[in-house]
Amino acid sequence: MTHIQTLSELQPGQSATVRSVCAPDGMQRRLRDLGLIENTHVVCLGRSPMGDPSAYLIRGTVIALRRCDCRGIRVAVT
Amino acid sequence: MGLTHRSVGAHAAAFGGTRRAGERVVALAGNPNVGKSTVFNALTGMHQHTGNWAGKTVGCACGRCRSARENYLFVDIPGTYSLCPHSAEEAVACDFVRGGEADAVVVVCDATCLERTLVLALQVRSVTPNLIVCVNLLDEARRKRITIDLPGLQAQLGVPVVGVTARKKKTLSALLDALDTVAAAPQPLPDAPPPSDPADDVRRAEDICRACVTYGTAEYAARDRRLDRLLTSRATGYPVMLLGLAGVLWLTIAGANAPSEWLARGLGWVQAQFSALLTALHAPAWLHGLLVDGMFRTLAWVVAVMLPPMAIFFPLFTLLEDAGYLPRVAYNLDRPFHACHACGKQALTMCMGLGCNAAGVVGCRIIDSERERLLAVLTNSLMPCNGRFPALIALMTMFFAAAGGSSLVSALLLTAALVLSVGLTFGATWLLSVTVLRGRPSAFALELPPYRAPQVGQVIVRSVLDRTLFVLGRAAAVAAPAGMILWTLANVHIGGASLLAWCANALDPLGRLMGMDGVLLLAFVLGFPANEIVLPIAVMGYLAQGSLGDSLGLAQMHALLTANGWTWTTAVSAVLFFLLHWPCSTTLWTIRRETGSMKWTLLAALLPTAMGMALCTAFTALARALGW
Repeated sequence: MTHIQTLSELQPGQSATVRSVCAPDGMQRRLRDLGLIENTHVVCLGRSPMGDPSAYLIRGTVIALRRCDCRGIRVAVT
Repeated sequence: MGLTHRSVGAHAAAFGGTRRAGERVVALAGNPNVGKSTVFNALTGMHQHTGNWAGKTVGCACGRCRSARENYLFVDIPGTYSLCPHSAEEAVACDFVRGGEADAVVVVCDATCLERTLVLALQVRSVTPNLIVCVNLLDEARRKRITIDLPGLQAQLGVPVVGVTARKKKTLSALLDALDTVAAAPQPLPDAPPPSDPADDVRRAEDICRACVTYGTAEYAARDRRLDRLLTSRATGYPVMLLGLAGVLWLTIAGANAPSEWLARGLGWVQAQFSALLTALHAPAWLHGLLVDGMFRTLAWVVAVMLPPMAIFFPLFTLLEDAGYLPRVAYNLDRPFHACHACGKQALTMCMGLGCNAAGVVGCRIIDSERERLLAVLTNSLMPCNGRFPALIALMTMFFAAAGGSSLVSALLLTAALVLSVGLTFGATWLLSVTVLRGRPSAFALELPPYRAPQVGQVIVRSVLDRTLFVLGRAAAVAAPAGMILWTLANVHIGGASLLAWCANALDPLGRLMGMDGVLLLAFVLGFPANEIVLPIAVMGYLAQGSLGDSLGLAQMHALLTANGWTWTTAVSAVLFFLLHWPCSTTLWTIRRETGSMKWTLLAALLPTAMGMALCTAFTALARALGW
């Protein structure tokens, strides 16, 4: 059974597959440039000292994203 | 970081190269932080600044290189993730690639994350003929047990692929050979149109990498994750940051003591010889005074007191930058910046500001949103630059560290001053974002690059050398004339008092209000071209009013300042005003160029000045009320 949630809810150590990306145009393009599109595998690596932003492993690169920017990204936890 | 005039001056703007006859122009493109500048430096023998973080190169740099058959003009363009630019610096890159000025384009890819860095190569392939894909950092990939099938990659892409390790110059001959081949037989533009869905390039890169890249072990990044846990976790992130800062400052202060002493003694000897020579030549007294007491002594002060800390701090900082720590600082500090409606990358520009505010202001181009970029530009000079550190260190050592100067105490005090600067930056950023620069924070995506072992030897040699030459050059250009102006002011008398006394007296009430005096305030005004001359000028000002001899050490300086009525509260006010006053002329000029607006430039000068005046006045009033 796969559980669908937003990327911001992914806990450190969990991994997931991106189902859909819904973000303002600029952010959507930025995410695409970084390789974050549908069916991309994502691992949450950790959170910064104050709990936001979080670090994600996306296609071999570590990218920090803010919680508010990840709300529109739906993922299936694997 | 602003190592040289090149990186802060007019050169930092756009493509300024002129093609010589028969020369072939080659653009070096690629994602941020894949080692383009390292490739560029290795090919051209130039010293474009390199560092382990995304967005370090702003503007294009040009350099020449000869291969077996051709002459090449290489253009190092800023890193970009795609051909649809998000920020000003990315636009520079895209315009250059699309503009067709280049005879060939080399897209540099990172072997340790080929999949993402290959996307740009696929995009460039559909708009430019004569493309070469250069897979860099093969040594690092090998260490992480990643193997790349380069011939397979070449077959899949249909363009020449070369593998290099840019830190080892020899490996770059393959790239030059490939360029020669392309020059001999230009390729046609592929007839396949760009994909209608831009995400197709991402999927294509994924497919190619699945075929050509093998990962020896899934745990290849385990060391980086352990370091990240130490450097960015809730429990250790901030303590490690503070300890690291204090450690760097302590090394700077402790390491600068001895060279300062030697330089002071050496230059004192030179001054005596210079003076004797002028006497032997029967130079008139005014010329002797102007050259020895005015020009040479100010120059000697700047070199002896200011140069050693600058030459030590800079390489230490560059090592941290090379290792990939700075993006972690931005990651740790993003939350408070978010609360100020600003961008976490501002922390990166603040770090650059520690080196040179002008470079910090140029570096603000990495921030995508125009509003957030302005916030970073306007608050950058709140971070004390390398030119202000030595003065802060000198003041703290003289007035707060016990006699003889415990460098640990000075380092802790300086750390506290920097923490205050960071706090004030947050405050000012917040203030601006609720008044003149209102708006919502924009989307934020920051790359945290893999840690790299810094090239210790090269960094130290280059940055010490560059910094030393830069400071010496500026000292000659700015400190020498300032010293002569000061001597003239001190020795031209009108109405029974010297011009210096007139100026200092005019500024004295304002200076006293802020807990300082007229001479120091005058030094701040005369130090407008370069902050590192402020304290030397103040000392010259006191000397010119007739006291003490020719010695150059900190102990003598302390005695001189005390004799002129300085107490520890004066020193606190001076430290506060060093942290918060108008940016130097170079920085202001850079702000004018970067914002294109006189209004913002003025605000950038007024904001820290007003904050400094308010803080100094408040502190002085408090100190007087408490009877300190």
